[in-house]
Amino acid sequence: MKKKELKIPLIKDGTVIDHITAGQAVKVLHILGIPEKTLNSIVSVVMNVRSKIGKKDIVKVENRELKPEEVNKIALIAPKATINIIRDYEVVKKYKVDLPEEIVGIVRCPNPNCISNTREPIESRFRVISKDPIRIKCCYCEREPDNIADNII
Amino acid sequence: MNLKGKDLVSIRDLSKEEIFYILKKADEMIPYAKGEKKTNILKGKILATLFFEPSTRTKLSFETAMYRLGGDVIGFSEPSMTSIKKGETLADTVRMVDSYSDIIVIRHSLEGAARLAAEFAEAPVINAGDGAGRHPTQCLLDLFTILKEKGRIEGLKIALVGDLKYGRTVHSLAHALALFGAELIFVSPETLKMPKEIVRDCQDLGAEPKSLTNLEKAIKDVDVIYVTRIQKERFPDPTEYNRVVGSYKIDMSLLKHAKEDAIVMHPLPRVNEIDPEVDGTKHALYFKQAFYGVPVRMALLSSLLGVDIK
Repeated sequence: MKKKELKIPLIKDGTVIDHITAGQAVKVLHILGIPEKTLNSIVSVVMNVRSKIGKKDIVKVENRELKPEEVNKIALIAPKATINIIRDYEVVKKYKVDLPEEIVGIVRCPNPNCISNTREPIESRFRVISKDPIRIKCCYCEREPDNIADNII
Repeated sequence: MNLKGKDLVSIRDLSKEEIFYILKKADEMIPYAKGEKKTNILKGKILATLFFEPSTRTKLSFETAMYRLGGDVIGFSEPSMTSIKKGETLADTVRMVDSYSDIIVIRHSLEGAARLAAEFAEAPVINAGDGAGRHPTQCLLDLFTILKEKGRIEGLKIALVGDLKYGRTVHSLAHALALFGAELIFVSPETLKMPKEIVRDCQDLGAEPKSLTNLEKAIKDVDVIYVTRIQKERFPDPTEYNRVVGSYKIDMSLLKHAKEDAIVMHPLPRVNEIDPEVDGTKHALYFKQAFYGVPVRMALLSSLLGVDIK
């Protein structure tokens, strides 16, 4: 137990994102826009942690409680992730990520001929058509990216 | 049913009931489309046609439809003569045209352009073809043609032939035919197969499309042979185009293998996919199909503008 604590230090207040698909922690942070330039939260990333269900990544963000609507979009690349809100070393809230109906400004359309890849004043937008397996469709050209993780903006 | 103010960017924007509604209205429009009856129901309304890509039938039939309904038309078909040449975004062009017109028709080389236009315009936007994406009004007139000729769509065996990868008409049509319960056969060279999204979309609607490369085998017991042109302009690599052009040709010797009442359709223009010797036969439906573009677009314009023929 002590060894584990050394590897993943406990946080007093903040958010722990657990059960991130192994190898995706950095992309998760990128999607969440963390660390924020204006905040000084300490962010810890642990990758390839062994668990009962294989390898996983964990992210801890101190002094910042992430809201479900902020975090749900990471379900795109980490569908099994769980969010733990920590107050005074205790888990006070725990929930699983749930993919929203629409993904805006996070995934680039892989179709080079799509209007969303031009200098028009629009953001990329995808409609989630299936959550398991995850399938998303570009709202503009209706293409479905094969590999979502590779197309994160 | 009220379609006033709706956009038509993808055939998916319409329910089965809405499609039937438009097609029923199209049937009522036929005598007006032929000029046998007169109407002015769209008097005072302006249609803007933004054609960033060449068009013959679609543009002319939209204009004819608007004039036959008593409306007026503004627009361009040569974007190099407009501010687009100066680097204006499509969004800005659309905002401006929106303030000049009551309804907008757009054709563009980029996929999703019509969806963008619909987001920036208050007026209804109709997609007249976006790159290799969609062509929903062609789809409506294709459905209309099949219904007029065969009386139904459900249970018909329909072969979509040719460039299924870049052909936007077949992308919209495959969805609609699956929605209406037709049996689908996709016939194309290996390199021009139907995109997997469209195949999956058809499967989601309960269809089980077959994919074949041999045309002779494919057309044996089909009711409709829908042929498309191999589009040179969509190929990034001309050597790939040269490899597949002329892969399929519909001629009398091929049609010997088809059912006697099989119909041949084509969104046109054709290059050499259909031999002119087929034109005079009872199989040839493509010119009638092109005419149906007028009543179908009349029905669509009047529906989206919320005006009914008396």
